[in-house]
Amino acid sequence: MGIQRGHRARPLEWLAERVIFTISLSAIMLILLIFIFVGREALPIFLGRMDSALIQETIPPERMNELDPEELRVYLDLSPRQFAGMDRDTLQMLMEVRQEALEEIPPEQLNDPDAHANTTAWRYLLFPHQWSDYDRPRYIWQPIGNIHKYNIVPLIVGSLKTTLIGLFFAVPISVGAAIYVSQLARPRVREIAKPTIELLSGIPSVVVGFFALLVMASVFQAVFQYETRLNAFVAGIALGFAVIPVVFSIAEDALTSVPRSYTQGALALGSSKWQAAWHIVLPAALPGVFAAVVLGFGRAIGETMIVLMVCSASVMSWSIFDSARSITTTIAAEMAEAVAGGHHYRMLFMLGAVLFAVTFVANLVGDIVIHRLKRKLEGRS
Amino acid sequence: MNRPPNPAPPDSAKSFRSERFDFASFFFTGLTGFATLLIVAILAVILLNIVVQGWESLSWRFISTIPKDNFFDPASTGVLPMIVGTTGRVFVMTIFVLPVGVITAIYLTEYAPSTSPLTRFIRAAVNNLAGVPSIVFGLFGLGFFINFVGRNLDALLDSPGPTWGQPAILWASLTLAVMTLPVVIVATEESLRAIPPGLREASLALGATKLQTILRVVLPQALPGIMTGGILAVSRAAGEVAPILFTGVAYYMANLPSKLTDQFMDLGYHVYVLSTQSPNIEQTRPILYATVLVLLMLTFALNFTAILIRARMRKKLRALG
Amino acid sequence: MKAKNLITRIGLCLGTAALLLPARADITVKGSDTMVILAQKWAEVYMANNPSIKIQVTGGGTGTGFAALQNQQTDLCNASRKIRAKEIETCIRAFGKRPTEYRVALDGLSVYVNAENPVSELTVEQLELIFTAKIRNWKELGGPDLPITVYSRENSSGTYEFFKEHVLQGKDFAASAQTMPGTAAVLQAVAKDPKGIGYGGAAYGAGAKHLNIKKDEASPAFEPTEENVVNGAYPISRHLFIYVNPALDKGDVANYLKWIRSDEGQAVVKDVGYFPLPANLRR
Repeated sequence: MGIQRGHRARPLEWLAERVIFTISLSAIMLILLIFIFVGREALPIFLGRMDSALIQETIPPERMNELDPEELRVYLDLSPRQFAGMDRDTLQMLMEVRQEALEEIPPEQLNDPDAHANTTAWRYLLFPHQWSDYDRPRYIWQPIGNIHKYNIVPLIVGSLKTTLIGLFFAVPISVGAAIYVSQLARPRVREIAKPTIELLSGIPSVVVGFFALLVMASVFQAVFQYETRLNAFVAGIALGFAVIPVVFSIAEDALTSVPRSYTQGALALGSSKWQAAWHIVLPAALPGVFAAVVLGFGRAIGETMIVLMVCSASVMSWSIFDSARSITTTIAAEMAEAVAGGHHYRMLFMLGAVLFAVTFVANLVGDIVIHRLKRKLEGRS
Repeated sequence: MNRPPNPAPPDSAKSFRSERFDFASFFFTGLTGFATLLIVAILAVILLNIVVQGWESLSWRFISTIPKDNFFDPASTGVLPMIVGTTGRVFVMTIFVLPVGVITAIYLTEYAPSTSPLTRFIRAAVNNLAGVPSIVFGLFGLGFFINFVGRNLDALLDSPGPTWGQPAILWASLTLAVMTLPVVIVATEESLRAIPPGLREASLALGATKLQTILRVVLPQALPGIMTGGILAVSRAAGEVAPILFTGVAYYMANLPSKLTDQFMDLGYHVYVLSTQSPNIEQTRPILYATVLVLLMLTFALNFTAILIRARMRKKLRALG
Repeated sequence: MKAKNLITRIGLCLGTAALLLPARADITVKGSDTMVILAQKWAEVYMANNPSIKIQVTGGGTGTGFAALQNQQTDLCNASRKIRAKEIETCIRAFGKRPTEYRVALDGLSVYVNAENPVSELTVEQLELIFTAKIRNWKELGGPDLPITVYSRENSSGTYEFFKEHVLQGKDFAASAQTMPGTAAVLQAVAKDPKGIGYGGAAYGAGAKHLNIKKDEASPAFEPTEENVVNGAYPISRHLFIYVNPALDKGDVANYLKWIRSDEGQAVVKDVGYFPLPANLRR
């Protein structure tokens, strides 16, 4: 309280405190900024303002004189300021380019109904569509080409497929290891095992991807004898390597924070060490283990380089031995070739926004669960 | 817990167990022990594979050479520009992330009322920031730093061509700084909390102001912890590729970057390029392994330093407490 | 003390950052990653002959290059595909002119099969049918009775786009096509898989057999050699381009472009593994 009083007397102190306070808001600010700036680039897609149709309504340049200025401005999609700054020749040129865009289209596509479709509309993004050339409705992500097929379902399936394989592999192992290290191992073993496992998180994901691509893919193919060398299975197991340290340290932390008295009580009643761990400690720490899985999920679905290096075909298939293209991979691989501000570019930002939202929720859930658990355990002990 | 050991229960337990072999216990311990072993084995296999194969083709020439035109050619390639690029971007990042992270941690531990909703909000934001996928940071860097800040800077300074509004070391470093902020905050907070409150109280009792106490008493004590945070952030950032893909990394550059608005080559990205774009994978395999080894040595050296500093700090604190 | 130090340090850094308004290189080149190494080699040879000129080359992808051209962030834009009408439109909006197009080199795409595969030539139409999975067995092409495994590239690569447009006539690749992260991976896969077929740059290619390609059933098949690519007999080849804002196409930039298209510049193209322009396109 004495410090409180000192504030008025010491302006410098007061100022420093304000500065510290302002800077400490940076974390909140950054989260907001990420929301705003990733969202801003994706907004036209969310609002359905983008038009990716191959054939746009085109007015021949000869008819330029028939249009009144306002019509011309809207047709060329210019802001009033841009419009005012352009001379007649430039406007004429813009109209010619529009015409050329129409002429670039191969004649057989002119009558294709797909060429008139705005493929960034939500129904194309989420539901299967029977494109010309195909015998039945399909989910297709094919952003390159005359007709941009932007169905995001294969990417979501790809992300979930690799993530789930990773979790199925990583969760039992890391939770088992967490139980062993926190409950059953001798202190010496624990002191060595824990930092060693955490060292796994020090391996950059690009190195894990490299290892999966060069070594694991060949070994697995020799063992399992499947067709596709690079597939979701290899990517999933490699993702598991990245998830193990996350799940392990959170689960281990949750198990360790269960008060010793629980175990001691169980042992005193004649149970063995593993019975105490399995029947007493694990159930008490279960929400923490759940949170570990949720946070591991967030880590896996957001991982880019591993999946990018191991597989990248946007196949709509749940088979684990098929290739898969995850959301993150798509963003990383396609951004360089996308025209800034174009629909492909905005579509990738939209995917980023979706990914951000998913991991945000996962993190929030994981955080809340851990928080509750800790409070409960501390309150009881 | 400090009760004298009571010999009775363990004895009875032992005799109970030795009567018949407890299969369930053996099975369960074995299974979880195996899981632990499996993880350690995975780590060992990865590291051994890389170290054994990478060591053969690692040479001083390889580390100190700037590759001319064809970096897939094992005879003439090198990784000097990548080492410079990775070190450079990480260094610039540290300059930004350390002050902001440390000040935020100071606010959270020294000033903020721990139960206020605002504090809880900041903490939640920090935790959440830690879980945002790295590729989203890349998008953020592109959308915010390059397309918004950079473009506007160009317009404002009236630069002759685009100077700021394009991928550069500066933007890649800032993106990474945003990404590693939670690491620094958490590590600093941890070390600030480990300082016995008695020290602060003594300083305040002697008439020092709160700011003086923090600057002269608390911070010097917390320095090892802050350094650990910084090193952990650096080692995390050194291996990250996704956030720099659109914010600054170059496929190939003939010269070393010389200013903050240059692009740069990067070790991690180079690993990606070598393993996917090589015209002849068998021929590039040795240099690929060597590049991976260099990257691993860099990140592990940093990780180890962090672990050592932390261990020393813990010992010192234990002696104090 | 400490805080003061820190603050001065930050201040200094920001200050230097602001002062480091870079001395601009005379010519900046940006764009396609496929062309970075070629562009770099050009720059090096040119700078060795003209020490007063400084050329800076960066990659980032063809799309990135066009974006930079529109924003006038670069003098020259390397492109491994032709500019699209949409991109011309943004250029006109930005600087009121169409960018000037220069063809600067040729690139041939090879189709690879396993060395043991008896099939040695195919028509472009057959390729289309194979890659869209209308033909699924080597038997239909005079080979053994084996199902065909199709290897393709990821859809962000220029190679993918080119093959889709010129060989598949814009149709989608078969969903069963396996996607490889790079030409090297395609080659590696085909080298190991007797049923495999894949495509990639003609300059690549240890370990697999390059097919001879016919324009149609009636015409002769051509090997992807330099001669055949340059004289246009080999059917799957593309031009590599440089685009420039016409307002900047003067002085040093114009000289440099002229040199690139001269015999001397075209000699460099061969060193890097692409094919030089035929004589009538050089100037």
